[in-house]
Amino acid sequence: MVTLGDYLLVSGILFAIGFAGVMLRRNLIIILMSLELMLNAANLSLVAFSRFRVGPNGLPNYNAQVFVFFIITVAAAEVAVGLAILVALFRARQTTDVKDISTLKF
Amino acid sequence: MSPFLFWIFALLTVIFGAAVVVNRNPVASALSLVVSFLGLSALFMSLDAYFVGIIQVLVYAGAVMVLFLFIIMLLNLRTEEERRINWLASAGGVAVALALLIQIFLVISRFEPARKTFPPLPGSSIDDVRNIGALLFSSYNLPFQIVGVLVLVATIGVVLLSKREPRS
Repeated sequence: MVTLGDYLLVSGILFAIGFAGVMLRRNLIIILMSLELMLNAANLSLVAFSRFRVGPNGLPNYNAQVFVFFIITVAAAEVAVGLAILVALFRARQTTDVKDISTLKF
Repeated sequence: MSPFLFWIFALLTVIFGAAVVVNRNPVASALSLVVSFLGLSALFMSLDAYFVGIIQVLVYAGAVMVLFLFIIMLLNLRTEEERRINWLASAGGVAVALALLIQIFLVISRFEPARKTFPPLPGSSIDDVRNIGALLFSSYNLPFQIVGVLVLVATIGVVLLSKREPRS
């Protein structure tokens, strides 16, 4: 049988992949995609816990799924703003590589 | 859901998630991300969260990925040129990610409820859309409205950011 730990394991691996993407890649678009992966990994563990905590009325705990709904909404807004900043940056510098945007680097 | 289907979709999600990071071509990364999100949506549905699974397909695989692909095509990004890879920095990044992964493994292996299976639901079908909607408009009414304002602000911000500045 599939246990709660299996879902948490998949979620943890997915989060680590997203984290590695943010650390390793230098293309800003790929970094944004890796952020999405991390947010979705968190969503998966929230939904797994929601299904795990069946209440006295025999239904899953829907509070977690409402959180997932909010996370998806905020993530969509975040992607839109992030990509708009990317387009503005590309107009100014003609690059999406984080190595070329190090003016403020100490 | 049978363990066989669970592991198929879990493998699909993880392998294509890794392909997002490994691919050098941004378009291939975006398409891998779509497959990864579809696998994740199947995992949501295996947890009886049909509403979340469907908005995962609609919002992520539909809207967000179209936005990503549109920006990639608009900026005409090709496979990034082979730059000299800083091996020390890459090894550091991989080491930190691996440390995080090991930490997660340890936490899950010591977490007692993680070894239990999911309790069965009494009904054959549950109307989770109705339950989530009721919760959204009663207990979470204020956060729901705040999210609405947030989306409005994001829309205005995107229009402002992508407007071309007038030449002076």
